[in-house]
Amino acid sequence: MSSTDKEQYKVRKEPYYQAQGNEVALFEAAYRNRLPVMVKGPTGCGKSRFVEHMAWKLGKPLITVACNEDMTASDLVGRYLLEANGTRWLDGPLTTAARIGAICYLDEIVEARQDTTVVIHPLTDHRRTLPLDKKGELIEAHPDFQLVISYNPGYQSLMKDLKQSTKQRFTAFDFDYPDAALETTILAKETGLDEALAGKLVKIGQTARNLKGHGLDEGISTRLLVYAATLIKDGVNPVEACQMSLVRPITDDADIRETLDHAIDATFA
Amino acid sequence: MTSAETEYQHPLMKAYWAQLDTRFKQVEDVFEDLMAEALAILGREELHHYLDAARIIGKLGRGVEPMLAFLEEWPSVVKALGEARTAPLLASLASPQGGALPASGRPVDGEAVLPDVMAFIMKMQKSPNGKAITPFLQTLAPVARKLLSREQMAIYLEIARDLMDRTTGSVHGHHTTFPSPGLPWFYAQAPFLLSQLTLAGLKNWVDYGVANYRHHPERQEDYFNLQSADSKAVLQRERHGTLFADVERKLDLYLRGLWNDSDHLVPYSTAFDELRKPVPYYDKLGMRIPDVYDDFLLPARPGGEDTRISGLDRYRATLAHMVGHRRWTTAQVADNWSPFQRMAVEFFEDCRVETLLCREYPGLKRIFLALHPQPREGACDPETTSCLRHRLAMLSRALLDPEHGYQDPTLNDYAARFHALLAGGPADTAAVADLALSYVARTRRQSDQFAKVWFEDTVVDYRDDNRQMWKFIEEGDEEDAFDEKRKIEPGEELEGLPPRHYPEWDYKSQTYRPDWASVYEGLHPRGNGNHIDKLLLKHAALAKRLKRLLDLLKPQDKVRIRFQEEGSELDLDVAIRSLIDFKGGATPDPRINMSHRTDGRDIAVMLLLDLSESLNEQAGSSGQTILELSQEAVSLLAWAVEQLGDPFAIAGFHSNTRHDVRYLHVKGFSEHWDDEVKSRLAAMEAGWSTRMGAAMRHAAHYLGARKADKKLLLILTDGQPSDVDSQDERLLIEDARQAVKELDQESIFTYCISLDPKADEYVNDIFGRQYTVIDNIQRLPEKLPELFLALTK
Repeated sequence: MSSTDKEQYKVRKEPYYQAQGNEVALFEAAYRNRLPVMVKGPTGCGKSRFVEHMAWKLGKPLITVACNEDMTASDLVGRYLLEANGTRWLDGPLTTAARIGAICYLDEIVEARQDTTVVIHPLTDHRRTLPLDKKGELIEAHPDFQLVISYNPGYQSLMKDLKQSTKQRFTAFDFDYPDAALETTILAKETGLDEALAGKLVKIGQTARNLKGHGLDEGISTRLLVYAATLIKDGVNPVEACQMSLVRPITDDADIRETLDHAIDATFA
Repeated sequence: MTSAETEYQHPLMKAYWAQLDTRFKQVEDVFEDLMAEALAILGREELHHYLDAARIIGKLGRGVEPMLAFLEEWPSVVKALGEARTAPLLASLASPQGGALPASGRPVDGEAVLPDVMAFIMKMQKSPNGKAITPFLQTLAPVARKLLSREQMAIYLEIARDLMDRTTGSVHGHHTTFPSPGLPWFYAQAPFLLSQLTLAGLKNWVDYGVANYRHHPERQEDYFNLQSADSKAVLQRERHGTLFADVERKLDLYLRGLWNDSDHLVPYSTAFDELRKPVPYYDKLGMRIPDVYDDFLLPARPGGEDTRISGLDRYRATLAHMVGHRRWTTAQVADNWSPFQRMAVEFFEDCRVETLLCREYPGLKRIFLALHPQPREGACDPETTSCLRHRLAMLSRALLDPEHGYQDPTLNDYAARFHALLAGGPADTAAVADLALSYVARTRRQSDQFAKVWFEDTVVDYRDDNRQMWKFIEEGDEEDAFDEKRKIEPGEELEGLPPRHYPEWDYKSQTYRPDWASVYEGLHPRGNGNHIDKLLLKHAALAKRLKRLLDLLKPQDKVRIRFQEEGSELDLDVAIRSLIDFKGGATPDPRINMSHRTDGRDIAVMLLLDLSESLNEQAGSSGQTILELSQEAVSLLAWAVEQLGDPFAIAGFHSNTRHDVRYLHVKGFSEHWDDEVKSRLAAMEAGWSTRMGAAMRHAAHYLGARKADKKLLLILTDGQPSDVDSQDERLLIEDARQAVKELDQESIFTYCISLDPKADEYVNDIFGRQYTVIDNIQRLPEKLPELFLALTK
């Protein structure tokens, strides 16, 4: 039925993931029963990494779609293309995943327009089918197929929230930035930085997270901390590395910058 | 008595006296002393010029005072300006006097200023400002000590000249005839001004005074004598150093970010309290810190660089220290300890929290150590002076600074014990208190009781006064009534604009009483905005529900209308689909265009809060006052409206007779629902009466100026309009009704939310059908936003 190369979607190398709780086991249980999964949490806290890790662990191909607000249903499902002598159907990522039995990961799903998200409904309940109305085809999802979506409830505006009818089709994980000790371990494992230095980075990260809502929309993410750790590991002066990777990206507010810079100075003295 | 009768023994003195050529007895009396001082400072050449200048001043016809002042002050001026120079030789070469070095080899800088000063004096003499010469000369030396360089002095003279030129009066363009009223005062205040301001700041301060009071002699005097409020305010604004007002937000972020703490920061003034130097402290009402910190310069140890601690870092050190106490200090019972013991405990505890703070952020150590004094071992003589402070300050230094270098074995022993105590963890206040008491006992000396106390190098100025560290079982006279509830006093100055007058409707005569009510408006004072955040958190579930409602209302400014046969743009997706259909042989959809429609809400909303005394009453059995419930309700509403993006303003009002209707801005239309607004809302207080009509008219004055299709004035009140000076109940009700009608004509829709269960009797009369009575006040927080949404749907 499909000529798609399943292997290309496989995650080959184990992505490092440090569990915060028993989410790994829970995800496995959800997958065993092919329940759709929703992953919530602030940006850069490890949502995508978790999904990647699970795909690797389960040995299934992973198809990731980054959603944006101009995305239409046909971007997910597929469309006809014009050719010199007629038209040709091209499967969208969701259709491909359903055909080959991959885990389809729709990242930042709320960014997509609400009418778009409705197309996933039939795949997420007992039917597990995907109707291609334009093509006149009804796809039965492959037994291995699973749908995973993620979104960030924090910075979304009022207008961008999932419909209840969508939300109620998923089991959900609530992610947050890990606690200080765990985050230190993560930084150390991910980049090979020593724990003491990693602990300092985590402290700076928490400084910024305390400022959320007072001029910062979102604190410093674990991802940015990893960037900083990577730079330091590469021999960059820690203070400069932090300014470059932790402060400059997240804000243009001079007062906040100065406060964070001070925190960096005070921590690395 | 004449100079001829005076005989100086020394020929030189004789020559000098002759050169001075004066007959003033007062000068003669002190001449020898003056010359002794002058000879010590001035070179021969300089002395010559000095005497010449004095002679000229003596002959101005202004009496003896200017001459005496000059003779007394000038050597100090030369000294002050000269000492600051490091390269006297170069300076002297460059000076107008040419290359001739003065005999004494002293710098000639001060000398070089003399022609400038003399020229300036002559200018004053020729203008009507001759009387200002004396004050000018009298303060010249202290001014010079502040300025320290010739260039600076020239700028000072320039500022003074500018002030004189611009304020010397000329009536109707006639010749200058009136002396500048502010000039003598300016000279008198100059030393103080320069201790607070840079020259640039001084210039701005002078400019402000000249610009505003040029034609107002009395006010000008007040201004330049630092008597008027705005004079002090401008001084405050122009002060050197880091002003609290400029860094307030940074400090707030610092507290939140680094310490996960926050409180209301309240500055106290350091400018005008010379005797009783205030010290930082914190209490229930907030953290008190100075309004300005200068940069702190720690002179280098030999071979090192100077350490500069910025004003901002000094603020941070002060706040960090307080945070340390808030985190780790538990209050101790003070009654059984002597003042000395308490002082020792305070020093030890201060060191403990600072050690813990530095563990958290090692970088703080640099700041603390730079700001902490370094008392010299042995500087204080225990035979004559009470050295307790000195001992404790040394110990404090030793506890913080491992490289203290003190030799005293007891001190080193206690430093070691202190570190051992803290090695295992944060320890606690009681443990260090024990250590402190034993230290006091071990080092006690008879001389500690002496009245002469060694203070030098013992004051750690970033530490607070530790008032939170003590609790007293018996109420002593030491305690102040800090926490007493503030009451709004009549006559309390409201800082704000001058009053606006509004008419009031007299229903008996069916006429307006013109300009009857005086409305004073101002910004609502600020409190702790966190309080509001907590309230919102409490209503998180309700907020979620509201959010859904808001969602439906939320305007999508541009709405895309697709599938149009004719429209402004080609809808590419649809067009391609049609083309595909066409190629595939099906009938294509011709609706391939799209267009846009604006779907905006254009409504300006003003919420007017009745802040009268009755709000302090309990609402039912909830234990909350109506005021607190209103606060919750308004917070939620403000939050909701912010989500919607409608222009929204909040103001409160109360009145104390028609002469004093207060209108307090809580949120302006252009302000967002931010910390500033929240802090104002948090400080909301109730008092006095309800003169509703005047407040409504004033609100309409703002609302009417908005450019919006629809304007809504919401009034939240708990009773009928009334005031103490109005005996007739109906009068203010009728006036409010009239105000509603007026507002109607301005197309402002008025709506009343009444919390008075008996409101039916009168509210109908005022607002017609535009009102709601909320009987169950406890449900106000959810009712108010819902009502608003229903009204604006």
